[in-house]
Amino acid sequence: MSKRSLPILFIILGCLLMGAGLWHGEAGEIMLKGIHVCLECIGIG
Amino acid sequence: MEKRRIVQLVSALINNAYFKGFASLSIYQGQGKAVCVPVLNCYSCPGALGSCPVGAMQSLLASYKHRLSLYVIGLLTIVGAASGRLVCGWLCPFGLIQELLNRFPSPKIPLPGVLKHLKYLVLLLTLLLPVVWLNAAGLGSPYFCKFLCPAGTLEAGLPLGLLTPQLQPLLGSLFYWKLAILIIFIVLSVMIFRPFCRVLCPLGAFYALFNAFSLWRLEIAPERCVSCGICDNICPMEIAVTQNPNDRECIRCMRCIDQCPQKAIAFSRVIPLPALPERDLPAEECKS
Repeated sequence: MSKRSLPILFIILGCLLMGAGLWHGEAGEIMLKGIHVCLECIGIG
Repeated sequence: MEKRRIVQLVSALINNAYFKGFASLSIYQGQGKAVCVPVLNCYSCPGALGSCPVGAMQSLLASYKHRLSLYVIGLLTIVGAASGRLVCGWLCPFGLIQELLNRFPSPKIPLPGVLKHLKYLVLLLTLLLPVVWLNAAGLGSPYFCKFLCPAGTLEAGLPLGLLTPQLQPLLGSLFYWKLAILIIFIVLSVMIFRPFCRVLCPLGAFYALFNAFSLWRLEIAPERCVSCGICDNICPMEIAVTQNPNDRECIRCMRCIDQCPQKAIAFSRVIPLPALPERDLPAEECKS
């Protein structure tokens, strides 16, 4: 496999992974986490 | 002001454009939080419009299903495979803060090379610990955010923790531990260029894996390079550009491209540069 085609393959793989994640509803789960204050992030959790 | 600095400032502004949050000490709760940004920007920052990929990834790993987020991994893979650590150098708000701190006049010291490898261990632990270090209920924690991330302390911990009356009584040893880490990195940033990015950032470590073969990468035209060493000397990440322009540490700041008198370096999709006309800068002049 050439060095030129490797990034293209990874970009395609990334698109597939991203699509699979979105299809599984991960964006919604991430939003649910993101709309609440992350206590760990602010040093409380 | 250089072009990269303007892009960094605009990126920091766009990533944290929920200005109302700073005034009301609340966080944005709209649909934008379903979108992960490709940079380290705490989603509990009052201004954050999107989600931090490291926080999002760890949250899903730490949940009772312990799921690896294909969405986040896919996003980071696309960004990394396209341009390696370009987003570190151009879009990351915490990288910008470290660079601005580095402009304060002080003795500048090089980063001990061995520390650059630590971020790969941090990346591994960021992915593993939320799955293996569980509480009695079988839940993990976003341990990187909890114990290490100084961006979270700066962007969320300080404004929310210190200014929200309901949270103030809850601040304890963990908050002061994270505050100490933030202070250490603020002090180090004055003397060392981007110490957090180079030593601890798991996102930078992930993107670094793609630097050598990303679609857009640095290329040196050997017929133009006169080995003057200017690029090696001006690289803020202390990379030997002439030996390995796509070193894992390269954040594509393009300073080497701007400073090369022979225009021998390009950031491109590996398109060969045309031959240099003979009247351009001679090698001897450049070496002097």
